[in-house]
Amino acid sequence: MRPDRTPPLARGDAPEGDVVLSSRVRMARNLADEPFVHRCDELRCRRIVGMLRQALLRGDLDEDLTWVDLEKAPGHERQLLVERHLISRHHAETTMPRGVAIAHDETMSIMVNEEDHLRMQAVAPGLQPERCLRRLLQLDGNLETHLHYAMHERWGYLCACPTNVGTGIRFSAMVHLPALRITNEMQKVRQAAKDLHLAVRGYYGEGSESSGNFFQISNQITLGVSEEELLDQFQRVLIPGVVRYERAARDVLMERQRLAVEDRIHRDLALLQSARLIKADEAMRRLSSVRLGVCLGLLEPLQLETVNSLFLHIQPAHLRERLGGTLAPADAQGVRAELVRQTLSV
Amino acid sequence: MKCDLCNKPAVVHEVQITNGVKRELHLCLEHAAQQGFASLSPLTMQAVSTRVGSAAVQSPRCPECDMTFAQIQQGPHLGCPTCFDVFDTAVAQLIEEAQFGGRRHVGRRPAGAQTDLAARHESQRLMRELEAAVSAEQYERAAEIRDQLARRSRQDSGIGSSEDA
Repeated sequence: MRPDRTPPLARGDAPEGDVVLSSRVRMARNLADEPFVHRCDELRCRRIVGMLRQALLRGDLDEDLTWVDLEKAPGHERQLLVERHLISRHHAETTMPRGVAIAHDETMSIMVNEEDHLRMQAVAPGLQPERCLRRLLQLDGNLETHLHYAMHERWGYLCACPTNVGTGIRFSAMVHLPALRITNEMQKVRQAAKDLHLAVRGYYGEGSESSGNFFQISNQITLGVSEEELLDQFQRVLIPGVVRYERAARDVLMERQRLAVEDRIHRDLALLQSARLIKADEAMRRLSSVRLGVCLGLLEPLQLETVNSLFLHIQPAHLRERLGGTLAPADAQGVRAELVRQTLSV
Repeated sequence: MKCDLCNKPAVVHEVQITNGVKRELHLCLEHAAQQGFASLSPLTMQAVSTRVGSAAVQSPRCPECDMTFAQIQQGPHLGCPTCFDVFDTAVAQLIEEAQFGGRRHVGRRPAGAQTDLAARHESQRLMRELEAAVSAEQYERAAEIRDQLARRSRQDSGIGSSEDA
């Protein structure tokens, strides 16, 4: 993995990329003859890791995967994977034998022994859930010829948590909603999402806070609806609805408060271009404003891809990797400010 | 038939045949619960031979992972795939609440699922036959059916045996 490389999700020309940063589809699967992960002792967890690692690294899966043993990986490497959304925070922090298989372009990762034996995810820039789903179904179809999944006639694919049984599939979109936040419309979005059985979470998913006005929106229902129906609802109705709402809010802002909005965006950019010390939260907040400015065409020639990449590169583990693996916490603010300054001063 | 330990009607019947020697156990509901036969579902019946003589249990337990329903309610994670059948009614309620009323899987199934489904139906037929044999006190027949179920279970999990070969 090259932490300094532009992340695959940062592309500025992705479908609905002004609002949707990325799409993600996650699939949960469990082995038929083993207890769920939280009921496995260390020995059994290790055996499952061995079995699934072997299945994932077979040459006939049509995926070029690299295995990372998370039991042996140092904390800062695991944090790097969390920041790149390749593993969950829970998977990084738990202590049992576990691992992750990662595609070379980082658009797919398969967590072993997270909450379920297998948590497979595919990601794509912008609104492209179908591309993610097709890729996962292909992988799943290949894997099931080697593995015996826990499957129930009534409940479908069995998972440790009742919220995941059935398809075991969760669609999610990382959306950037600065205008809805400025116009105090987020409460309406949350209420509408609740009514439609959608979960609205923060930047790092379950249990995390919104950062930089990014929200992760995902389906809560996995049972009683097919994969194709879920995809159709998500891709054609639900997320496009959120996109329209945010764009309408941006239009309203530009019509009614153009000068105030421009002032805010240019002040935030100027601060980022000159600060010598900056915390991650503040950088995320001001970058969110700059991202809005780029999408509104106010900051040319600054590219959306440049700003999208910065959201990732200013995170602590990425800063540390940038400096060759050594970074005292006290120095992080200075290193972050320098990186932001250099990147935005082009 | 009366319970081996009191005069109440026996509702749980267990027969073991080891090296040609048959051993029967007949228990009322109360003593069955004390012996660990907390649920009378067919699945638990299948698991009974390993539970004879075990310590008394207060709450229904999954014979595969030893998880109690009380633990699942606190969780709310289930312990293993078998829990879905052992605690079927209660789990159905949990799932329907979590899934906003979703009651049945309608999505894709593994390519071999048709075979799995047929195998499952056959196992369920054998379970019903086992219950009927036990009700009719045909214990030798019941033991044969139980052995068939055990063989099917071993085949499903990919464990062969010399007599299957």
